[in-house]
Amino acid sequence: MELDQTMLARILTSVTLGFHIIFAALGVGIPVLISIAEWLGIRRNDQHYLLMAKRWVRGFTVPVAVGVVTGTCIALQLSLLWPSFMRVAGEAIALPLFLETFAFFFEAIFLGIYLYTWNRFRQPYLHWLFSLPVILGSTASAFFIMSVNAFMNAPQGFSLVDGRIVDIQPLLAMFNPATPSKAGHMIFSSYAASAYVLAAIAALRLLRGSSHPYHLKALRLTLTAAFFFSLATALWGDIAGKYLAQYQPEKLAAAEWHFHTDRRAPLVLGGVLDQNSWEVNYGLKIPYALSILATGSADGLVKGLDQVPMAYWPPLVIHYLFDGMVAIGIYMLVLPAGYVLGLRWQKKRGPAKGWLRAIVLAAPLSLLAIELGWIFSELGRQPWILVGYMKTEHAATTAEHVDKMLLLFVGLYLFIAAVCTVVLRKMFHERPFDSELR
Amino acid sequence: MDLPLMGITILWVFLYGYIITASIDFGAGFFSFYCKTTGREHIVNQVIERYLSPVWEVTNVFLIFFVVGLIGFFPDTAYYFGTAALVPGSLFLVLLSLRGSFYAFAHYGVRDHWLFHMVYGVTGLLIPASLSMFLTISEGGFIGQSGSSPQLLADELLTSPYAWSVVFLALVSVLFISAYFLAYYAKKAEDLKAAKLLRSFALFWSLPTIFASFLVFLSIYEHNPLHFANMLEHSWLFLCSFACFLGALALLLGRDGYGWGFILVMLQFAFAFFGYGLSHLPYILYPSITIHTSITDSAMGRSLVIGFIAGLCLLLPSLLLLLRLFLFDARYVQGKWR
Repeated sequence: MELDQTMLARILTSVTLGFHIIFAALGVGIPVLISIAEWLGIRRNDQHYLLMAKRWVRGFTVPVAVGVVTGTCIALQLSLLWPSFMRVAGEAIALPLFLETFAFFFEAIFLGIYLYTWNRFRQPYLHWLFSLPVILGSTASAFFIMSVNAFMNAPQGFSLVDGRIVDIQPLLAMFNPATPSKAGHMIFSSYAASAYVLAAIAALRLLRGSSHPYHLKALRLTLTAAFFFSLATALWGDIAGKYLAQYQPEKLAAAEWHFHTDRRAPLVLGGVLDQNSWEVNYGLKIPYALSILATGSADGLVKGLDQVPMAYWPPLVIHYLFDGMVAIGIYMLVLPAGYVLGLRWQKKRGPAKGWLRAIVLAAPLSLLAIELGWIFSELGRQPWILVGYMKTEHAATTAEHVDKMLLLFVGLYLFIAAVCTVVLRKMFHERPFDSELR
Repeated sequence: MDLPLMGITILWVFLYGYIITASIDFGAGFFSFYCKTTGREHIVNQVIERYLSPVWEVTNVFLIFFVVGLIGFFPDTAYYFGTAALVPGSLFLVLLSLRGSFYAFAHYGVRDHWLFHMVYGVTGLLIPASLSMFLTISEGGFIGQSGSSPQLLADELLTSPYAWSVVFLALVSVLFISAYFLAYYAKKAEDLKAAKLLRSFALFWSLPTIFASFLVFLSIYEHNPLHFANMLEHSWLFLCSFACFLGALALLLGRDGYGWGFILVMLQFAFAFFGYGLSHLPYILYPSITIHTSITDSAMGRSLVIGFIAGLCLLLPSLLLLLRLFLFDARYVQGKWR
């Protein structure tokens, strides 16, 4: 792989986004769980849930802050690293970008109010109400930013004349075919991953010998949420698969190593590709599954890579990313169900260590699934930056020193990640939960 | 008003909002750092923390808003500034990221760490300095061509007296705005010790601010005579600005009415900033980009304006609520809620 200007710009963009997406996903998902916990606490008059909400909020401000600064980085890097792309597409995606900052503005204002008005109102529901605009803002900003990304996958609502975009129809560009499947899948996977991160904290405490009802309640709440959010993510994944089959068949075909257009197409899990014969060895084939995923019918016709000139093939390595994402998704969905059945089986003698370990493991896995899914989606539209209109290599900056900037930002993110970890650990160690229980 | 003019006016309002709110923040960083080195940090830190905690995130959004809006209305700016400003832009982002993340970390006991004070104090000065460079670049003469693509003439930028006078103005006005606001806020909090100290800071930085403004005025004449001529045409705005400054200074000397005084400070900068912007028109980047050559499609421009108005209907009440709950809530300001 040659490190030319385009490749350097791509690496720097992916480093920033890869770092940002962890904090962004938590920023979208955690407020939902905080809000549920506070609501339960007020409704049941249960101090445990209220404390849960408070402690989560305290930890939440750190990912929010890191999310804000890395989000600022990517917002400006779009112009710094891809000036030619922004010159052409900047105007077409301006509306969702603009609305995204509005949603974010809205969230920022109410997050400030929510954080600093605890115990200030006599009516407890009044404070809880302020969590709703925070959720609204963060989820809306996820929606708008995903619609920008969706536009790059399924550009529409404009014409290209002499390299300039004209006749823009802003709403058509924003609500392109890719928007619903992308936004929904991303939002629910953020919710699910956040639920697992919080569940892992409770599970870790229980593993270390606590049997306090505070942690048991936290685990029950977060796991229940994790189950429903994972279910929604999976269902939305099905919508996303059908979208791909219809509008970006080359991405789905590359992900599934589906070379020949065919009916009754099997889904391939894992495997090794023979580069000469395009045959898949050692893979697990599930008959009809790809046709069902793509078209909803076992007999459905699925376009293969033979329909696409080889110059436009996405990198075939995305197969593994796709498999990884799906495998983790299944794990995330089965785990809570298994845990509940397991508890029944043991007649509630408290959760077994094996289950708790599996829950702790689910937190990094769920974040990994988000990364995998996102890299799959982004690599899957190569060589295009604007599918069908502009190739990535024509969009990168021509400025010098991209390599040095890459090192600079890698250093920055490593430093922030290190301080972030130290601070979060310190915070929860210095104030154990029972010191805050009345 | 035609669409491009409307667009740039909206953006300019947001940049102005950023300059005021961010100045308070940046200056606070410097004062906190300075007081730490002279062993007086306990006097001002409470005031600073109480004001900044609920609003620091909001400050940041003003800037993103401006950048996104600029690219949306005038996509050519992304191409020229984006290509030319990779290095300064990246450095600016690193500073902003350090400051933003340390802001959140501060709540968890990091505040007393020397590293925090370093980051907080130093970025408070470097960020406005690096941002002001973009205003300098927009004046023209600092972007050359290499092959077919624009390139920043870094040597020329770093040796230009105009560039340095803008940096100087940015720094002193940040400190002046910040000290004035914090003095007002401390007085409201009935923290008389802090109010006294911050008042002396505000007085100290008032004269350099006005001196730097004249300096910039004169160096624009050297650098871009056309712009200077335009500024003379709108000279009444700058005179108003100066009058507001005198009023604010009088209120500060009289030790009373800091609230009205700060409004005058905001007006002082509003007149100067809009005067500068108005005389800069129609150019965004002299002489390559004007507000008219850049907008290619009016449908998007219109929908941006509609989106903007809709968003504003949502934002203004929320901002007012934020201000009422914190800034203008006497009991919060005096620290009775925590």
